[in-house]
Amino acid sequence: MDDSESQFNVEDLYRVGDCQDALHTLYHYLDGELTESRRQAIRHHLDQCQPCLHAFDFESELKAVVARSCRDQVPDQLRRKIADAIAFEGGAPSGAERGSV
Amino acid sequence: MADQATFADQAMEYMGSLYSAALRMTRNSSDAEDLVQETYLKAYRAFGSFQDGTNLKAWLYRILTNTFINSYRARRRRPEQTELDEVEDLYLYRRLGGLEAVTAGRSAEEEVLERFTESDVKEAVEALPEQFRMAVLLADVEGFSYKEIAEILDVPIGTVMSRLHRGRRALQKALHDFGTARGLVGTAGESPS
Repeated sequence: MDDSESQFNVEDLYRVGDCQDALHTLYHYLDGELTESRRQAIRHHLDQCQPCLHAFDFESELKAVVARSCRDQVPDQLRRKIADAIAFEGGAPSGAERGSV
Repeated sequence: MADQATFADQAMEYMGSLYSAALRMTRNSSDAEDLVQETYLKAYRAFGSFQDGTNLKAWLYRILTNTFINSYRARRRRPEQTELDEVEDLYLYRRLGGLEAVTAGRSAEEEVLERFTESDVKEAVEALPEQFRMAVLLADVEGFSYKEIAEILDVPIGTVMSRLHRGRRALQKALHDFGTARGLVGTAGESPS
């Protein structure tokens, strides 16, 4: 029954105590929001449970993909506009007097 | 009390993060530029009330989100809550057949993630209802803690967790729909019902 052909199903994992526990705290774990002892308990479970580890790795990778994909370059002219606006507010020499950047 | 003269030195380094967030929030580069500029001016004017040694990035984000909400409220769309309620946890992973036939090494599911382009992911994030989108951006892109997000959005921590939870499920569904439409994602993982 637990030979290599075993098929894991998420619903089954949610019914097993330790797996259920791990999957319910998956995002808290990935977000670094667990206490150290809870984190260690989950880590310990992941070391022994490949299906859960697999799910955690996937979600962790997805989180990384989202973070990587949502970075944009600030247009130079916006940078200049903001620097000039702040300099103007502060009564500092304007961009023109400082020479163009 | 923070010294206004040090504002530029301290605050400018966060412009990239703020601009990226502004783009996701406004979904439009000209509005995003206006939003970031307004945020910096407000922050500069209010810098005297910023407590040195506290989290400047979180403080700037709070101004950004407040400015966004106040200036863009008229255009805001209501979150489509009923639809989201039907999406379960680990939506994408389940659809990709995760947890079946587990093998060592990098998984087929993770390889599917690489097929999404940067603009696919941006599009999926931008399609999220606004409240969920902000929670996901603050947590997943900026790495703020739940407590920081609660302060930035001025909502209880429980609300942050629930928006984040729902936002992530919705994001997974959006990516899956997107992947299916573009043929990036097969249907092998569909469980028979």
